[in-house]
Amino acid sequence: MVHQYKLNGYCIVLDTYSGSIHSVDDVAYDVIERYLTDTPEEIISYILNKYKDRPDVTRQDVEDCLADIAALKEQGKLFSDQKEAMITAETLKNRPTVIKALCLHVAHTCNLCCDYCFAGQGKYKGEQALMSFETGKRALDFLVENSGSRRNLEVDFFGGEPLMNFEVVKQLVTYARSIEQKANKNFRFTLTTNGVLLDDEVIAFANREMNNVVLSLDGRKEVHDRHRVDPMGRGSYEKVVPKFQRFVAQRANGTYYMRGTYTHENTDFTNDIFHMADLGFAELSMEPVVCSPDAPCALTKEDLPVLKRQYEILADEMLRRKKEGRPFTFYHYMLDLSHGPCIYKRISGCGSGTEYLAVTPNGDLYPCHQFVGEKEYRMGDVWSGVTNTALRDRFKLCNVFAHKECRDCWANMYCSGGCAANAFHATGDITGVYEYGCELFKKRIECAIMLKVAELETETF
Amino acid sequence: KHIKTLETRDLSQSVKNGCGECQTSCVANQPCEKTNK
Repeated sequence: MVHQYKLNGYCIVLDTYSGSIHSVDDVAYDVIERYLTDTPEEIISYILNKYKDRPDVTRQDVEDCLADIAALKEQGKLFSDQKEAMITAETLKNRPTVIKALCLHVAHTCNLCCDYCFAGQGKYKGEQALMSFETGKRALDFLVENSGSRRNLEVDFFGGEPLMNFEVVKQLVTYARSIEQKANKNFRFTLTTNGVLLDDEVIAFANREMNNVVLSLDGRKEVHDRHRVDPMGRGSYEKVVPKFQRFVAQRANGTYYMRGTYTHENTDFTNDIFHMADLGFAELSMEPVVCSPDAPCALTKEDLPVLKRQYEILADEMLRRKKEGRPFTFYHYMLDLSHGPCIYKRISGCGSGTEYLAVTPNGDLYPCHQFVGEKEYRMGDVWSGVTNTALRDRFKLCNVFAHKECRDCWANMYCSGGCAANAFHATGDITGVYEYGCELFKKRIECAIMLKVAELETETF
Repeated sequence: KHIKTLETRDLSQSVKNGCGECQTSCVANQPCEKTNK
């Protein structure tokens, strides 16, 4: 399967099943478009007629172009055969998996009352709760016991607002470090925070122990303060931005990224990304809101073309700022083409429900943080383990093969069938397809690949 | 020259070379821990 598109002056051809990416000129673009439907003579005639004003486009030139395309096809880099690059659903079903990561919900409570919060102000449709050290300790032991011979284990401190249970976070990190050597494991921690409780002690601790920190900021003050308010309804921008700036300035080892949410009310969200870059933050993400379609902030069908254009504007601005020596990264544009994921990872997806589980404050297990609170998705608990094995098997099979709409989609090797939680919330079924999300994803991938092509063509990226 | 090909991981070859060492994700830009060692 081949996908062709033009963006920012580049003509780009993707070969889905080999993963090959080609930067071509207008002539090759047109030849490839007709390669499987027209005869060579018909193609030559079409090209010579279309480019009759260009003396450099000769019959010999088009024949050479056809020969190059034939060679790429022979090498399996263009019009590649799906069968050669495909593993079967049965292979994935029988593939042994271990638990690699846990999302520890150390606090089902929050000091902000963001009205768009997918977690319902941190309570996940339940009561306020804090995870005890004993429950968290058992969760870490459960992870070690179920991770096989894998050495690196990921643990995310999540909420609600995890810093509302900071003492337990510190105790759990200390405990994890105490068992690493004996268990032959290496814990890699992440902290996601709204920033309200950041102080010098938290910053020093996080910079020492957290491999990554995710900092919630929506961009411009009026955008951030529209939703991210305290219980009194006061915006949090002025409180958290200086703390985030101090935190990031001191973060020498380990990564971070700013994570914003955009809604129907700021479909010009690139201005929020640029604002964050102007504040000195260089690792950025901005995600579409996840909420009821009836909510005032919900994205609409009419927003879609505007949002897609925003992703193009973002890519263009990133190129410009890179040239000016003030680059920033965007989460969805960071592709690793030469050392990226293998076919198994690309088909099987994120690992939710099989390799990654969320743990509630009382020790219940869910497929991921976005399923917490959905009672039918409870998988077990940290004492008994995964007892709902039928549900685990459903997630194991929730991959590209599970979505009939994905089979003929050019982007299926990039999105792996999409996010199960998004599918569930949009369609009621984890094997459904959240088409709005698909449209945004495909645009982001097109932009990300364009940036890679720009790097090749100009060596500025 | 009409076509430039970027250096990419050959997915059909990766059927043979599934180790499972990669991290979970929340996929296209997931670094492969095996080939990045």
